[in-house]
Amino acid sequence: MALPGERFHVLAQLEHLQSKYTGTGHADMNRHEWVVNQHRDTRAFQMSHPGLNTMIAVVENESRARTRFNLINRMIQPCGPPPEKNPLDDV
Amino acid sequence: MSRSGEAYAQELNRKRAANQRAAADEDNDENKGNGSKVAFGAAGNFDTDVYGSVRGESREMYMDSIGTGEEDDVDEDSMPTVQKKNVNYAQPHKFIEEVAASAEDTDPFADTRKQTIAERQSKYHERAMRRQISPDRVDAFVDQTPDHRNRDYAEVMRDQMYQVEKGQVEREMADRAKAGELHVTGQPEKKKGRWDAQESAAPDNLGAASATPSQGSAPRKRLGFASLSAEAATPRAARWDETPAHPTGAADATPSVDKWSSTPAAQTPRRNRWDETPKDGGLNDGSMTPGWGMETPARGSDDVKIEDTPSASKRRSRWDLTPSQTPNVAAATPLHAGAQTPSFTPSHPSQTPIGAMTPGGATPIGTAAMGMKTPAPHMIPMTPEQMQIYRWEKEIDDRNRPLTDEELESLFPPGYKVLVPPMNYIPLRTPSRKLMATPTPMGGAAGGFFMPGTPDRDGVGEKGVGGLVDTQPKNAELPPLKPDDMQYFDKLLMDVDESQLTKEEKNEREIMEHLLKIKNGTPPMRKSGLRKITENARKYGAGPLFNQILPLLMSPSLEDQERHLMVKVIDRILYKLDDLVRPYVHKILVVIEPLLIDEDYYARVEGREIISNLAKAAGLATMISTMRPDIDNVDEYVRNTTARAFAVVASALGIPALLPFLKAVCKSKKSWQARHTGIKIVQQMAILMGCAVLPHLTALVEIVKDGLDDEQQKVRTITALCLAALAEASAPYGIEAFDSVLKPLWKGIRMHRGKGLAAFLKAIGYLIPLMDAEYASYYTREVMLILIREFASPDEEMKKIVLKVVKQCCATDGVEPSYIRDEVLPSFFKAFWNQRMAMDRRNYRQLVDTTVEIAQKVGCVEMIARIVDDLKDENEQYRKMVMETIENIVALQGATDIDARLEEQLIDGLLYAFQEQTQEDSVMLDGFGTICSNLGRRAKAYIPQICGTILWRLNNKSAKVRQQAADLIARIAPVMHMCEEEKMMGHMGVVLYEYLGEEYPEVLGSILGALKAICNVIGMTKMTPPIKDLLPRLTPILKNRHEKVQENCIDLVGAIADRGSEFVSAREWMRICFELLELLKAHKKSIRRAAINTFGFIAKAIGPHDVLATLLNNLKVQERQLRVCTTVAIAIVSETCAPFTVLPAIMNEYRVPEINVQNGVLKALSFMFEYIGEMAKDYIYAVVPLLIDALMERDQVHRQIAVDAVAHLAIGVYGFGCEDALMHLLNYVWPNMLENSPHLIQRWVFACEGMRVSLGPIKVLQYCLQALWHPARKVREPVWKVFNNLILGSADALIAAYPRVENTPTNQYIRYELDYVL
Repeated sequence: MALPGERFHVLAQLEHLQSKYTGTGHADMNRHEWVVNQHRDTRAFQMSHPGLNTMIAVVENESRARTRFNLINRMIQPCGPPPEKNPLDDV
Repeated sequence: MSRSGEAYAQELNRKRAANQRAAADEDNDENKGNGSKVAFGAAGNFDTDVYGSVRGESREMYMDSIGTGEEDDVDEDSMPTVQKKNVNYAQPHKFIEEVAASAEDTDPFADTRKQTIAERQSKYHERAMRRQISPDRVDAFVDQTPDHRNRDYAEVMRDQMYQVEKGQVEREMADRAKAGELHVTGQPEKKKGRWDAQESAAPDNLGAASATPSQGSAPRKRLGFASLSAEAATPRAARWDETPAHPTGAADATPSVDKWSSTPAAQTPRRNRWDETPKDGGLNDGSMTPGWGMETPARGSDDVKIEDTPSASKRRSRWDLTPSQTPNVAAATPLHAGAQTPSFTPSHPSQTPIGAMTPGGATPIGTAAMGMKTPAPHMIPMTPEQMQIYRWEKEIDDRNRPLTDEELESLFPPGYKVLVPPMNYIPLRTPSRKLMATPTPMGGAAGGFFMPGTPDRDGVGEKGVGGLVDTQPKNAELPPLKPDDMQYFDKLLMDVDESQLTKEEKNEREIMEHLLKIKNGTPPMRKSGLRKITENARKYGAGPLFNQILPLLMSPSLEDQERHLMVKVIDRILYKLDDLVRPYVHKILVVIEPLLIDEDYYARVEGREIISNLAKAAGLATMISTMRPDIDNVDEYVRNTTARAFAVVASALGIPALLPFLKAVCKSKKSWQARHTGIKIVQQMAILMGCAVLPHLTALVEIVKDGLDDEQQKVRTITALCLAALAEASAPYGIEAFDSVLKPLWKGIRMHRGKGLAAFLKAIGYLIPLMDAEYASYYTREVMLILIREFASPDEEMKKIVLKVVKQCCATDGVEPSYIRDEVLPSFFKAFWNQRMAMDRRNYRQLVDTTVEIAQKVGCVEMIARIVDDLKDENEQYRKMVMETIENIVALQGATDIDARLEEQLIDGLLYAFQEQTQEDSVMLDGFGTICSNLGRRAKAYIPQICGTILWRLNNKSAKVRQQAADLIARIAPVMHMCEEEKMMGHMGVVLYEYLGEEYPEVLGSILGALKAICNVIGMTKMTPPIKDLLPRLTPILKNRHEKVQENCIDLVGAIADRGSEFVSAREWMRICFELLELLKAHKKSIRRAAINTFGFIAKAIGPHDVLATLLNNLKVQERQLRVCTTVAIAIVSETCAPFTVLPAIMNEYRVPEINVQNGVLKALSFMFEYIGEMAKDYIYAVVPLLIDALMERDQVHRQIAVDAVAHLAIGVYGFGCEDALMHLLNYVWPNMLENSPHLIQRWVFACEGMRVSLGPIKVLQYCLQALWHPARKVREPVWKVFNNLILGSADALIAAYPRVENTPTNQYIRYELDYVL
């Protein structure tokens, strides 16, 4: 039987590896953080694909550069301020 | 038993030594015995010398006295520089020493005991122990009145000045004393200083020394001053070792006569304090005849006085405070007993003075002193060594004490009775306990294997140090103390009421507990200790932390592991403490700097890391102001380590930040030591940072360049070395930066001699490769003159440097071959190509490299022609050097230039050198092989001769000769093929075949290797003996357990199976299959791999069915490794013979109701899918039912393997439209996420990853979404792992698939861009 310390060794490594990247989550994440990541992923995707960028530019009736700029700006607090921390969350 | 055991151990040692001697003697005989052999029938003559030439020419090499074992204690200052003796001639001395050692107490396990760091260190490293951990310093950045106890910069500098002046005065006095100008009476009346008394003692000593010319030449300039300097006053570890503390051994531990006897000749070169101190009181006022002898009788009464002798050292060490005698001396000479009593502190009234206790132990020291308000109840401080010895004694006595009747009765079931011993029984009364002195690990101490303890009898042996001292701290969660830890951790042994402690005391206790856990605990304990101490670092504060950690690091009984852990603690808390660390920077440096010159690489790295973190935490200003005083410290050791530390600081904070400071230091007018250290810092920076110095190269060279014209020789030397390091670091760029130093350097080589010259040459050697061709050629000519002159230098270091510089000069473009050929080569060969150069390993290497480099320039013929005759030299080492040189030259330049005559000489020499070799290494073989293969077809003429030699040697009596012959065949087989000597090779093959009965496995392995080489070059069809004869002969050899035989044999069999399988009957192959199964168990991976590959070849040759049947049967065996290898083999077979030939059979095998077989089948499937990759698309639908079945199995391991197979399968079928099957499989894989086994979870994550690839991330995301927000953490956790993999692997693909989250009053969660429709 493996030692208690070693038991989750490989998985702990995986977890550590994953946690180095933005956008990854964990079991204690809340909805706000998760959705914020989705928003940012989405906008980065739309911004960096010219076709999508053009589509959004047409819909919003802006220039493509402006659209791009807007999309980047919308990545700052895309869902508004984070919710107040509930003291019960930590319990 | 123990007695015979010891005798046996000694006997073994003696045999080993005798073997070495015999080997060495053989070498000797060969070297010089040739001329003096007596011909048969001629008149003989007596040997002039028995021990080689020792008696004849070099009498002084003979030891004419038995060493007293004191050599280790000689101070290096007084040590004469001894030329290293030839190892061979030192043998008799060794022998004497061995006998001397075995006569006295020897510990046969001494080699196995773990050495402390202090024990393995050199004298120079030991000086670290003499530094004191200085008081805290003022933190200039804190805006408050500094604590007056802390020293500020000015104070430290004043102290430094004082040290320097004191050193000067001491030196001056010593010089004058040496010159005889100083007399006791002529001493001018000075103010009565503390050390005047001792100074005047110096002439006395010296007088004594000069009065006895037999004393020899040992310089004794330190004599009177040893006790003056604070550093020297600290007792060093070595001195403690002298304390003989064996209570029972006291009788024969009488101090050896020479220490105390009145003959002046018996003086040891090192004066320790015992000898000196009394003289101050006794000799000066009494003005007795200066001589050591007079003290001895007076000792008994002197002892009391010693306590009053004002010690010059600032810190009063234990030695000054206590009567300087060890208890067993007291036991041996009873008249000392009186002197012992007064020094007993009354606070230990209950203790009976057992012999082993040092009375001196009553003096509190170190951290112990802080907490010693009330003496600990059970604690008697001893030196660690005493404690250790006492503990062993006690433990052995306890274990070996006779069993009492009661104990026996409790052990045996009822019904036993006591018999009378037979009449003729004589009990064994001579228990020699020496063998029992095994360093048994402390009960509960960490690490290593523990023999399960015998059950305790009456609790004896449970109590730490032999029941004498309880080493278990009161807090039962803490690990027990080691005897050495007593002085640091003794407080933990006391029971205290936590509520009554002050906050500081409580903190101190907590820190102590954490440190003890880290030092002695099990890994989990260590981890928690480290975590807690890190978390609370700022709460505890820097002072309390370092006050406990640093003394531990200075402990003389520190081991590597402990040091590593303590250093780790410092590293962690540095991060936390940050600028709080400032007042302690110097303390930390004192402890950490020695790591920078440790012999252990990792210790050096750790040291660098700490210092660089320290620099980042404390900031440049603090670092500089802290280390500045050490830059011109009188002690070279301190300056050396400081320079290295500064280099680390530079690499941490950037070179530009340090440049102004370096500039100031290197231009210091006040002391040359400062300039020396400054330049050394630059050198160390270059070594440490490499090409990172390039941007600042000009500035750095500007800073150091004035050192070349310094008035101090040492500064000039270090400057040259510094330039060499800078040039090496910046190569091949940056010659412009060195423009300003070229002239002084070239001028310097004309002006200097000896060490200085060597340094200058080194600098030039590294500068020349930086220059362009024209300059290089000019400067080379300049320096060559000097180099050629120095070819003749007898100095070894100079030789190495000269060789290196010659190599560097010759490597540059600008040097013409003709110049080297005419000017350099004659003297080069005269000076260097001799036997002596081959003896030293480093010279050997350097000479080979340099010669090869020159050959690049002047052509191989020139060089080879000069040395080829030396292949027949009488000295084997020299022949080896020649061979290696020729091999390297030929390997680089080919053999096309070599003419017929040289070729003949070369082969002749090769054969001679090959036949004469006695040492076992590959130099000769490699050389032979390389040269022959480069000669190619031209070697044809010599093949018969070579083969003749080989054949003859294959038949030799000596196994080694046979082995070398066989190895040589393997090397030259390709050449023989090239020369179309197939007939000859066939003949060789037959001969080798005949030798397959060889009994020495090493030789047999080589023979098989040779056969393999022949087989490979002439092909299976032409091979003689024919394959059908050869292979059956190999089958039994496969059973051989020797790795070399196995490896070569399996390779040969594999080659035959691959290319010549048709020559052998299927039945034979089957037989081999059975043998191969055994090889799957081999330890060596290459053998297992070769065996598995061979399975593949055989299966291809005779069809998979029979092989598979064998393999499947093998799945039933118990041994796990065998089964694993079998599954791999099955997978290989199915890969080579296409899966459809194998799959039905193994799927059928899955129906065997036996878990091992089923697991094996699944594992084989898993490996198979891994190997066959996309071929799996044709088989996926066939195996899905089987996999589904396996995934529903109760057994966890079974499912684990199945999940693994699914993962490989999924990856294999990517892009082939098997989504339906995969989805089906995923449904069965998914529930495994709730398992506890980490292996299973790992496989499950892997399988999901495979599904992400083949099934698409969105499908997997949909599975995940079910559980990401599940209320149970156990469900959420594994799914987040998979989700994270999805994010990392295909974030883009997911954005269209995320669920729509409704807005809340404060937050907008809907991604409206996704709703846009055009």
